[in-house]
Amino acid sequence: MDELIFFINRVLISGTVLGSIYALGAIGITLIFGILRFAHFAHGDMMTMGAFVAFVLASALAAAGVVLPLPMGFVVLPVAMIITALLALGIDKGFYAPLRARGAKPVTLLIASIGVTLMMQGLLRLIFGSSTKSMYVAGESKDIFRIDMSWAGGTRPISITEPQVIMFVVTALIVVALHLFLTRSRLGKAMRAMADNAALAQVSGINTALVVRVTWVIAGSLACVAGTMLALDVALMPDLAFNIVLPIFAAAIVGGLGHAYGAIVGGFLIAFAETLAVFNWTAVLRPLNAILPEGMALPANLALVPTEYKLTVAFVILVVTLLVRPTGIFKGAST
Amino acid sequence: MALIELKHVVGGYGGAPILNGVNIAIEKSDIGVIVGPNGAGKSTTLKAIFGLLKVTGGTIEFGGENIANSLPDRLVPKGLSFVPQEKNVFTSMSVEENLEMGAFTRTDDFSGTMAWVYEMFPVLKEKRRQPAGELSGGQRQMVAMGRALMSKPSLLMLDEPSAGLSPRYVIEIFETIQRVNQEGVGILMVEQNARQALAFASKGFVLAQGQNRFTGTGQELIDDPEVAKSFLGG
Amino acid sequence: MSLPASLSASLQSPLRRGLILFAAMFVIVVITGVMQGGASILLILTQATAFALIALGLNIQWGYGGLFNFAIMGFLMVGGASTVFLSYPINPDFWTSDGPLMLGRALLAFLFGLCLVLLARQSHRIGITGKLKTTLVVIAWFAGYILYRSQIDPAAAYIESTAGFVGGLGLHPVLGWAFGGLVSAIIAFYIGKVSLGLRTDYLAIATIGISEILRALIKNMDWLTRGTMTVSPMPWPTPLPQNLQAMGFSISESFIYARLGFLALAVLILVLAFIIVQRAYGGPWGRMMRAIRDNHIAAGSMGKDVTGRQLELFIFGSILMGIGGAMLATFTQIFDPSGYQPINHTFMLWVMVIVGGAGNNWGVVLGAFLIYIVWVISDPLAQLIFVNLSVLTDSLGWGAIPEIDSRALQMRVFVLGVVITIALRYAPRGLLPETVRREG
Repeated sequence: MDELIFFINRVLISGTVLGSIYALGAIGITLIFGILRFAHFAHGDMMTMGAFVAFVLASALAAAGVVLPLPMGFVVLPVAMIITALLALGIDKGFYAPLRARGAKPVTLLIASIGVTLMMQGLLRLIFGSSTKSMYVAGESKDIFRIDMSWAGGTRPISITEPQVIMFVVTALIVVALHLFLTRSRLGKAMRAMADNAALAQVSGINTALVVRVTWVIAGSLACVAGTMLALDVALMPDLAFNIVLPIFAAAIVGGLGHAYGAIVGGFLIAFAETLAVFNWTAVLRPLNAILPEGMALPANLALVPTEYKLTVAFVILVVTLLVRPTGIFKGAST
Repeated sequence: MALIELKHVVGGYGGAPILNGVNIAIEKSDIGVIVGPNGAGKSTTLKAIFGLLKVTGGTIEFGGENIANSLPDRLVPKGLSFVPQEKNVFTSMSVEENLEMGAFTRTDDFSGTMAWVYEMFPVLKEKRRQPAGELSGGQRQMVAMGRALMSKPSLLMLDEPSAGLSPRYVIEIFETIQRVNQEGVGILMVEQNARQALAFASKGFVLAQGQNRFTGTGQELIDDPEVAKSFLGG
Repeated sequence: MSLPASLSASLQSPLRRGLILFAAMFVIVVITGVMQGGASILLILTQATAFALIALGLNIQWGYGGLFNFAIMGFLMVGGASTVFLSYPINPDFWTSDGPLMLGRALLAFLFGLCLVLLARQSHRIGITGKLKTTLVVIAWFAGYILYRSQIDPAAAYIESTAGFVGGLGLHPVLGWAFGGLVSAIIAFYIGKVSLGLRTDYLAIATIGISEILRALIKNMDWLTRGTMTVSPMPWPTPLPQNLQAMGFSISESFIYARLGFLALAVLILVLAFIIVQRAYGGPWGRMMRAIRDNHIAAGSMGKDVTGRQLELFIFGSILMGIGGAMLATFTQIFDPSGYQPINHTFMLWVMVIVGGAGNNWGVVLGAFLIYIVWVISDPLAQLIFVNLSVLTDSLGWGAIPEIDSRALQMRVFVLGVVITIALRYAPRGLLPETVRREG
């Protein structure tokens, strides 16, 4: 029983946490690609920026002496999402829209997004310094829920932290909301139409400029959620999301670029692949030692790849997907 | 007053102009057909009306105002609609969603229009939940026309609606176009099947090198020996 | 004629424009030299020369061929690790231990695994096809991987615990640089072979993924590269300051002359590479490359072997990157895998090429020097600004600015971002745009 609990704690919970963050980031990347046809490299930094916006708001609330039962970083999330969405719109207007107006190639926009990455990284560190910060500004403790498993014969509890629970709930809500938006609302359908066939969308009289703005609003606010959640789960630092922007791209590509549901599936796929690849199987298979013959005992560490190569798993999946099936599992926008 | 009137329209994609003075006038009751050799500027004329390329000279009057260089999201609410020749459906979306996209600019209830479109194309009603990408070429053309009709246009423009269709569908599409016209929608279309299209056209325009060569009723053009010789293949 | 008018008129001619911009850069170098001191500007110039070589490599790939390479950092690391292996002194602890034997066994396991995979891929000859064959190939990969891991893991653990790492071969550093180029070429061949068919943006993401894989490998293969424990001091091909001090030079002079010697060698290599690259550009080979870049469908339909030519470009460019990376590691005398960052070692090169003018070798060299100097002096300039600001805020009673050092260091990242943004917006073809030569 303890082995199963260990598996739940180490694989199920942490895989879902990682998957939620990857999925929320990948949705933004995939939507931007679907509508604007370029790989938005600065998305990781948009996540980090969102987390810092939440941090500033939370600090302001804490300084004002507000005390709440939930983590402050979570409470300010709606406002932080709006601010990050506005910042995303500003970034588009300032850096990408002029290039689009000139008819620049997608590759130029990709390079422009590298420029944006550099500026954001520089600015964030200039303003906030490069040290690691805690999102628990009011000194709240990170609550840990322990689910006692003694009724099932387990000696250890299933443990899950408060931000993790919040993250599961928020991600589920966002996925449902996004699904309803894309399939029920006029604007959401227009977004799908533009991702499908931008020229025809324009001919149909769809206000493409509006769709572009909505795309940035969604991508920006989801980036803010992902960044803040990640910062709540781990800690806040200026290179918070830059390090995971590639797994997020991997998720978007595996799911099929331009395909929102694919991005969600891809996010969880990559996250679980990473988690399972570095998982030490001996911890679960140890009971087998009793029936294995002498001298065949399982080694102390039986992981598919060493932990230090965890991120590499995503890159390998990414590269293999690109080579074998570049359209992704859901056949995204291929050309 | 004509529904739409192009006067000496000059335009192109930035380089040398492709249109060098096109004149077209259509009434609400008309089916206008533009014919001419490849590169004569037929499709370009439709795109110029729809703001998809730069008009540098002349005027395009629609509903009493000059609409030259207006973008589609302004033109569709005014009553203009356009069916491009290729890639004219949203392949990943259902038939019904395709139609809804045609009504994007409308803020009123468009269920009546949708019923009207389904009445015109009963097969679309059967397949309304199916992705448009899974339909046959002729059915796709119906989806494309249906989408364009959803905005309740007063002028429907079609770019080679019969291209790539089997003869059976060509006749069906032409019949549908006539039916749409009888419901009070002006038609302006470009056709390669020149003789067949001119046969039911009330107005025909023969373009060559971006200019009008001949203008008349469809029957006049078919009967004109010079038109027949140079543009209708003998 | 007024001065601005004559200046803008002379900027119209590509040659004049080039001369003026190079003169301007020379002035910047002199000013920086006066402000920072001779030894410091020589350090900057030597590194800038190595970066110029790398930028030339990227220019071959992107400027000539339109190939998007985001794996520059990976190639620089490969170059650095290769020169460590060839030029670092021999580690007798390793060669007298069981290490070589164990590594030999690991190599055998690797080759055996390779054979398994190759055999599985030929299984259609005995009638196994379709899904079954795919399954077989996957199983072969897995078996090979397990087999290799079963040998390399204990070997790595043994070497790391007894000898530290395998050490080098003690050969001349210039040989090490050449080796860096060679290893890069081999790796580029395989990367290019599998990924050059991809669309540009996918290629960008694939190469950055490959670059990160290379970094993870080099950073964690402690037995080969010493990983995060870093390798130093690396030998120089030219006399070190210490050697010159032994010959009686003063400390400050020894640094200047030693760096001057290294710089001379680096410039020599850059000039050689430049001549080769420039001549290739003007020749039939370069013409064909440009034809492929500008319209690879048309070029392909004319019977040109598009993928083959692109692979050539990718390999040639990567060779220069490997050599440049090796030079950088030798010059700083330390190989530190954690010191490599995509910003410093991939994106900066892109900024150099785009600001300089993709497709124009003169422009790229100009861009490399200019951007590197901007990169280096952004830090002290920002420090200066911050210290003054801090005095101001302090006097206003807001308190001093904390962490000035680390914040100022980030200024250069911001400046790099601003530079590339401005370049894309206002000079998308660069300071010295590619001049399309008309063949008579």
